[in-house]
Amino acid sequence: MNTSQCFHCGNEIIKKDEILFDDKSFCCNGCKTVYEIFSQNDLSCYYDFQAAPGATPQDIKGKYDFLANEEIVNKLLEFQERTTHIVSLYIPHIHCSSCIWILENLQRLQPGIGASQVNFPNKKVRITYNPEQTNLKQIVEMLCSIGYEPYISLENFDEGKKKVDRSLIYKLGVAFFCFGNIMLLSFPEYFEVNEFWIEQYKGFFRWLTFALSLPAFIYSASGYYVAAWKSIRQGMLNIEVPIALGIVVMFVRSTIDIAFGYGQGFFDSMCGLIFFMLLGKLFQQKTYDFLSFERDYKSYFPIAITKILSDGKEEAVQVYDIKKGDRLLIRNQELIPVDGILISDKTSIDYSFVTGEAVAIEKKSGDKIFAGGKQLGKVIEMEVLFSVSQSYLTQLWSNDVFQKKVDQKHKSITDKISRYFTPALLLLSVMSFGYWIFIDVSTAINVFTAILIVACPCALALTAPFTLGNVLRILGNRKLYLKNAIVIEQMAKVDTIVFDKTGTITTNEKTAITYEGDALNAFELKLLKNALRGSNHPLSRRLYDFIPSQDKMEVTHFEEIIGKGVFAELGENKIKLGSSQFLQHMSENTHKKTKVHVEINGIYKGSYVFNNQYRKGLEQLFESLAKKYNLIILSGDNDGERRILEKMLPESTVLVFNQKPEQKLAYIDNLQQQGKNVLMIGDGLNDAGALAQSNIGISISENVNVFSPACDGILDASQFSKIAFFLKYAKNAMITIYMSFGLSLLYNVVGLSYAVTGNLLPIVAAIIMPLSTITIVSFVTIMSNVFAHRK
Amino acid sequence: MSVIYMLISISIVVAVFFLYAFIKAVRGGQYDDDYTPSVRMLFDDELVKETNKNQINITEEKQL
Repeated sequence: MNTSQCFHCGNEIIKKDEILFDDKSFCCNGCKTVYEIFSQNDLSCYYDFQAAPGATPQDIKGKYDFLANEEIVNKLLEFQERTTHIVSLYIPHIHCSSCIWILENLQRLQPGIGASQVNFPNKKVRITYNPEQTNLKQIVEMLCSIGYEPYISLENFDEGKKKVDRSLIYKLGVAFFCFGNIMLLSFPEYFEVNEFWIEQYKGFFRWLTFALSLPAFIYSASGYYVAAWKSIRQGMLNIEVPIALGIVVMFVRSTIDIAFGYGQGFFDSMCGLIFFMLLGKLFQQKTYDFLSFERDYKSYFPIAITKILSDGKEEAVQVYDIKKGDRLLIRNQELIPVDGILISDKTSIDYSFVTGEAVAIEKKSGDKIFAGGKQLGKVIEMEVLFSVSQSYLTQLWSNDVFQKKVDQKHKSITDKISRYFTPALLLLSVMSFGYWIFIDVSTAINVFTAILIVACPCALALTAPFTLGNVLRILGNRKLYLKNAIVIEQMAKVDTIVFDKTGTITTNEKTAITYEGDALNAFELKLLKNALRGSNHPLSRRLYDFIPSQDKMEVTHFEEIIGKGVFAELGENKIKLGSSQFLQHMSENTHKKTKVHVEINGIYKGSYVFNNQYRKGLEQLFESLAKKYNLIILSGDNDGERRILEKMLPESTVLVFNQKPEQKLAYIDNLQQQGKNVLMIGDGLNDAGALAQSNIGISISENVNVFSPACDGILDASQFSKIAFFLKYAKNAMITIYMSFGLSLLYNVVGLSYAVTGNLLPIVAAIIMPLSTITIVSFVTIMSNVFAHRK
Repeated sequence: MSVIYMLISISIVVAVFFLYAFIKAVRGGQYDDDYTPSVRMLFDDELVKETNKNQINITEEKQL
């Protein structure tokens, strides 16, 4: 076993914090406790399936108190009876077989739990418990204690029970049933022509295939008739029109063939066609069940919040029930759900979700605080000014872009092709009909129908779904999760890329700190670290973590001046830390950068500068993108970093600073008015409007499971440098589709040459149809994989 | 040869039965999660492990 990694969570162990227990090393007490819980309950096999599968349990004190409120619990429950409650919880940490195993053995950790079942793709666990022996709060707290904290947000509260649409699978099943049986019943006539027994039974076989084709014709293909009808009414000829026409003509002609004894009809081809096309639809429908692309503020907001009643008691209330004038209690790390006024002395609030500003903002008593901020620091009290729906942040969602239907935004490549294909097809069939009618009426009808049957664009309709479905999967494996296949087509058309700054081209986590000024000696560092210990300001905390650990010293006097800095006395030594005004020291461009100035014993020493750290590979990425795309950086921050960015990035990059969320949206809208196809890459709620407005919005996320605003795609932050590859790949996918269109047209030409001359036999149709499907599917699969490996 | 009527009828009935079973299975949600069961079936009686007994005693002592 590797000693430098925690046995439970796999994180690296800092030597001095290492905890040895049971011959295993742990990085912290939390991890050790989880191990203890598991080994006490005979559950240590948890570690056998996967090395270091766990997560460090977070401190959740009081966070789930609202689960004691029965009304809220009732909303979350899936099923309830006197002795049985069932609840489904979303647990982002679920990631391996160990997780499944431990979560399905919950009954050993908490009496009262009857059974628990994990749905791995959805990252959900469904727990059945007896409310007389335990309750939801206990279960959730137990889950937190073993590192599996569920994610409960306002969204869960609203959603109710989702209906799963499985109709496509039913249709597919029915079509396959019909296809298989009809194929079997058609074989005798294909192979035993003019034999005595076939003559005797062919009526029976033919009518049986007719009967079997009915469910596929009526039920499975119903979606195509509806789509074709809709598109005709809109005056467009999309791909569904020739498909529906082909199916109907096939069915009618086959029925007439049987009724008058002309032949056995095309029922097998028809059902096969329906089956393959439905299969293509299913293949394209790759969804990432554990991701949500439709998130709005609801998935960020807590369900309930602690309200202080007039008699001083605390009570958990639903967020929707908060009224103007209520007093709320907000704990450390909790999200502020409504606009209000701070009552407590002071706090700092992290608005990075809303504004993109990385640095937390200090607030004093009486200051206005806005919804969407995260409270950092001690417990605070606030008075409500607006209810949830009237708060500033939620108002953003009333913008039109969030109401707009996505599918109307774009015309797919298949529809574009079929605009030419469908009229050409109809023209050809009418012309052939006109030619033959002077020679022989029955041949004319034969030719007319045969053309429509053969040209029924099965291969054409399959090309895009299979290519895009496959590309969607390949991108998913590379951690770019797209909402649907249409996004790929749009990606290929992009000519302008807009990046957000904070959190997108910079990392959220590590802010690099550099020191400018006279070097500090070891003793001065020691003074500094000890002075910082008492301060709760976010910058102090970060600086405290940055300075290497030092011996403790007695702080004799400590004073924190809000919004300015810290003054501390350690024995003989006096330390002043903070803003330049506080230290009465003016250096150039002080207001542009986030700095903490240091003064020791009245002598100005220098300052610590908090730089944003840019993502790895940023320069190379921009360089390669700059050749083909217009690049824009749209930031909510001040322009303090303009110079660094100008130096790092290609000259053509446009830099825009100080953009509010609405301004970002308007900026993108303006680009689109100029005819640009805009790809927006952003994160956080402040980009939500811009992401929705742009042609494609891709949200970048350190942890794809949790936070990302509504968007078309979610990119794992580790893959940031590959954006250029993804865009190129989308283009190659479109090339694949075009090549495959050519191939399927070739098949159509071969088939049509049979049809125009009046020689289309059912057996020819039955061979051409699956053959073309198989070639197309294997062609696009191979091509999209080849492109994926080409860098 | 009329046995063919019977045979085909039987085969269709069997096929319809399978179609029915398939639809019922889909409706019951059996195909909603196609990954977890494949992992779950590999778990068996790992729960009781004799070697763990000693460790448990140690931890209990520590807690006292």
